[in-house]
Formats: sequence, C-alpha cells, structure tokens
Amino acid sequence: MFSVLIDQFWSLTIAGIALGFIYVLISLGYTMVYGVLRMINFANSEIFMWGTFGTVVTNRDIFHYTQTSEPAHGFKLALVLITSLLMSMLVAGLTAVFVEFVAYRRLRMKGTNRLATLISAIGISIALQEVMRLLTSSRPVGSPRVLEKIILTEVWGANIRLDTVITIIAAAIIFFILERFIKLSRMGKAIRAVSQNEDAAKLMGVNLNRVITTTFLVGGLATGAAGFFYITVFEYTKFNIGFTMGMAAFTAAVLGGIGNIRGAFFGGLTLGLLEVYASAILGTQWKAVTVFIVLVLVLLFKPNGLFGEAVQTTRA
Amino acid sequence: MKIRNYWNLRDWGAGIWERANRPKRIAIALTSIFLVGLLPFAGASFLATPIAAYDAVLVYPVGIFVLMALGLNIVVGKSGMLDLGYVAFFAIGAYTMALMGTHTGLNTWEIMPFGIGFAMLAGVLLGLPTLRLRGDYLAIVTLGFGEIVRLVVLNSSWSKGPNGIANVPMPPDIGPLKFKLDDQKVFFWVVVTMILLTIWMIRRLSVRRPGRAWEAIRQDEDAAELMGVPTLKYKIWSFTLGAAVGGAAGVLYASKNLFIAPEMFTLNVSILILSCVVFGGIGNIWGVVVGATILGYLPDRIRFISDARLLVFGTVLVVVMNFRPDGLLPRKKREKAIVKKEVNA
Repeated sequence: MFSVLIDQFWSLTIAGIALGFIYVLISLGYTMVYGVLRMINFANSEIFMWGTFGTVVTNRDIFHYTQTSEPAHGFKLALVLITSLLMSMLVAGLTAVFVEFVAYRRLRMKGTNRLATLISAIGISIALQEVMRLLTSSRPVGSPRVLEKIILTEVWGANIRLDTVITIIAAAIIFFILERFIKLSRMGKAIRAVSQNEDAAKLMGVNLNRVITTTFLVGGLATGAAGFFYITVFEYTKFNIGFTMGMAAFTAAVLGGIGNIRGAFFGGLTLGLLEVYASAILGTQWKAVTVFIVLVLVLLFKPNGLFGEAVQTTRA
Repeated sequence: MKIRNYWNLRDWGAGIWERANRPKRIAIALTSIFLVGLLPFAGASFLATPIAAYDAVLVYPVGIFVLMALGLNIVVGKSGMLDLGYVAFFAIGAYTMALMGTHTGLNTWEIMPFGIGFAMLAGVLLGLPTLRLRGDYLAIVTLGFGEIVRLVVLNSSWSKGPNGIANVPMPPDIGPLKFKLDDQKVFFWVVVTMILLTIWMIRRLSVRRPGRAWEAIRQDEDAAELMGVPTLKYKIWSFTLGAAVGGAAGVLYASKNLFIAPEMFTLNVSILILSCVVFGGIGNIWGVVVGATILGYLPDRIRFISDARLLVFGTVLVVVMNFRPDGLLPRKKREKAIVKKEVNA
C-alpha cells in the first residue's frame, strides 16, 4: 500500500507541486471574490472549465493542430503557448465578469439576503456547465499535443518533464504578478480597502461596482491561467471537470485561510501534494473523498485556515 | 408594486381557506385529494406526455419531486440553510431498499423505516460538524457530501459499483391494489399519501416550538441564540427531518424503478429539487408543491426542455432569485416584512 508512495516519492512530489500550482491559481478566484463580497463564488469551478476550453479551441481551431500533428518547436511553440494562455485567461475573465453581472450585481444592489445570492450563483454555475455540455455533446475533448513532453533531467529517480517545469515556473510568475498587483496598484489598494471595510471604502470615494467587477475579472484571469496549465499537463477536458477541481481549489483556499492571498498559495501547494500522496496510497478513485475529508476537518478544527482569514471581522 | 398584488395567488388561496368554516374546509380538502387521486386517469387529455408513459411521469419525476422538494423545503425554506447535497439522502434510501430488498426477505414497507433511519443517521453525522458553519460553507460541504456518497457507491464492491443493483423487489400488494410496472396508478396513490403525511408533519411542526425556532433561526441566528433558542439542536432536527423525507423518497424510488445505479444520484438531482423549491416559493408548502409539479412535469411534456433540462432549471434559479425572489407563491407577507426591515437597517 505504501510501497508506491515510497518508490515514487520524488516523482509524486513533483506532480503534486505542479497540481498544487494549478490549485493556487484557481483558489485565487475563490479567495479574491470572498475577500470583497464575503461570499463564495460558486461559479468559479465552471469559469475554470470554460478557461480550459479557451486553450483547446486556440490549439485546435486557431493554430489547426490535430491529434496526429507534430508538436511545435522554438518560436512557434512560444507563440502558441502564449496565445492559448492569454486566450484561456480572456475567456475565463469574461465569464467571471458575466457571472458577476448576471448573478450577483442586481441582488447586491437590492441588498437581499445571502441565501438568494447563493442560489443565484448556483443557478448560473449549472447553466454555464450545461451550455458547455450541449456544445460538446457530453463528450470529453482531447487537446492536441503542442508541447512535446521531453524529459529534461532526472532527480532522485524522478523524471522532470518540460510541461511540469513550465507549469510550475509560469504559474509562480503569474501568482507573483497578481500578488504585486493587489499589493501595489491603485486598484489593488481599492480591492483591499473594500475587503477590510466596505462602507468606509465607499465613503473614501472608492467606486464599489468597479472594484467588485475588477475583482471578478482578476480572479477569472487567474482561474483561466489555471485552465491553460491543466490542459498543458493533462491534455484533456470535459464539461464536468470543474466540479472536482473547484472543490479541491476551494478546499485549498479554506485550508490557507479564505480571503488571504498568501494563504491560497500555501493551501494550494499543500493540497496538491496531499492529493497526489493520498491517491498513491488509496488509489485515484478516492481522490475526491480525501479532499472532502480535508475540507470537513479544516472547517471543524481550524475554520480560519492555516494563515487566518485576511479580515477577521465577519459581516453577518 | 401593484402588479405584484394581482400575482399574489397565495393570499387569494389563503383568503378562501380562512373564510371557510370547518365542514367547508374538510370538504375542500377531501375534494382536492379526490381530484388529485383521479389524475392518473387523465392520460388521454391535453396532459398526455409524449416522452414517457403518463402514469409513470406522475410518479417519477412529478410525485417524487414534490415529496423531495417538501423535504428540502424544511431545510432551505423553514430554517434557511442551503443544502446542496440532498441527493445523498435520496441515494441512501434507495440503496438501503436495494440492498435489503435483494439480500433479506423484507418487503418495501418493512424496509421503509430502515431507509428513513439510515438517512436520518447520515443527516446527524453530517450535520453535527457542519451545521455550526455559516451558510455558504454549509452549502459547499453538503455539495461535497452529495458527491462523496455517489463516489463511495460507485467505487465499492458491496454496491456493485457502476453496474448498480438490479431486481429490487416491488412493494407487496395492498389488498386489492396491485403494483404493476405498466400501470403505475397505485404507486402514484402511495406517493400522494406520503406527500400528504409530509405536509401534515410540516404543518404540525410549523406552528409548534420547532417551527418557531426554525423561523427565528432563519431570520437571525445570533438573535435566536441570544433569546435562548438552542439553534444547533433545531438546525440538526431540521436537517434530519429533511433527510428522512429524502430517504423515504429513495426507498420508494428504488422499489418502483427495480434497478438503481450511481449515475441516478448525481449533483443534478439536488439542483433540480432546489429549483423546484425556489421556483414555487421558498418556505411555502403549497408554493413548493406547485413548483415541483410544474418543473417535474414540463420536461416530459415539452421535448425541447427535456434535452436542456438543467439549462432551463439553472436559468430558473437565476431569474427567479433576481426578479421574483419569493417564487411563484410567496410565503406570508408578515414574515417578509421582518426580513426587509433587517436589510434596511
């Protein structure tokens, strides 16, 4: 049972870190929206799913790659990867803004109770998933292999593949840029002001609607980037992949302390590793169950997460 | 504002009921039950369903949906907790029926208490750690729980995994009433009886201590706790009663369908039931009944909706919440007034 874990410890660890970085980016979508609205963005899992399709469509329909065509090299490779990354981010960002507009804005302006907003968000999430199911006729969609999975080097018996390395480095860079954006930019300051105290921020002249839309947009961009990395590593997507990934990323966000951006980073990596080790021990079919048990345990014993919620005062 | 008054069917219906004296009320109730009981005979009229057999549609989805929506309404409507894993209790009931029906000699009615009991047990086990949480956490934990139950039966050998369990026994005959696959009138009458029992239970509870406690919790949990309402206890009760109704529906469903498999118990079922509750009017029994009837029936009546069922239901959730948050038949005005004041403050 444990022999798999011991034999392949390092290759599992590397896979776990790559998966962890994908979770980090998705959980940014949860954490940022939670920060300003004090509400879970239920549709984030579907925003991620739409993001993965951004990459697939770019590879397949813009650059005309097929399942049998040769992987790209050199400059062409960089062009394709960057275009599909931007495309995924764009699709997911726009979907997130759409979600905010359709499901959240009107209810927020009217000031109805939380239950109504939650139900509305679940409705839009189901609708998004269902539209994609009808578009793809419920079939899984494979992505053509653009990036050849070359083994770069071997460390302690673990193969280090190009796609994992690209995922880890690029995801870390994107996370760093977003973190700086929230720390330093004017809009980032406004976002943090709103998450600390909405009323005071409004009195100081912060445009609340714009801040909230931007938060959804930035969260969507991060989630979309995660969609690109997911395709790079797994080369496959389906209309219903959002659920498991979203659940795991949400668990990561709670584990790190929801609303806390650094928390999302550590939570994501921890959960990625945990999930990979657990599936080595128990088998991959119990992956989702492990994640769920982690979520319940965290909520039970440390509901503020490892690093604490960014803002301790909770609005009723 | 004026348009809403014309639309307020609830007050119109309640007005008739309140003006009637006791014999009149009994007459109204008995006539309506009688008319509902006659529904399976109306298969040749404009109600006919082109997609599935009409009497089967009346049992599932319509009847079972109404039953489950009433159960979910205890949790979502009465005490204001969003339970997205309601399908789990349905699945537990169905698997109890399937496993006990195929392995022991017990019949459906003897298994029913076990199904309800196991569903309630699961409700308590899930409720104890999670009902302390705030609303949106509860929503996502229950969402996960619903999926976990499906994954467990999908990946276990005792449940025969993805193959499901076949040859679930039918209920034994009740006197002259025989359960048949090609003529499901008796199933329909059984569902209606269960629905009436559930409505009776909810109505009794609503006007007594638990109902008042749920109402207080729904409006302001902190205030309720300060006033001495043991909120956790009543939240678990509400959750468990909802689970019991779901479990009962599951037992009946397995016994009617004769075959169950994990793919029947996906998250979609939870969402469909939630749509029924929201569409009809959260918290109002008659609203929920009407909502579940319409949403259960329409996909089998209109072919277009049948293909894109979930898209329609998801859109219903968004549109109803945004433009008519109280649903088709809203709950009493007095309760709404209190909620509104709280928001403005």
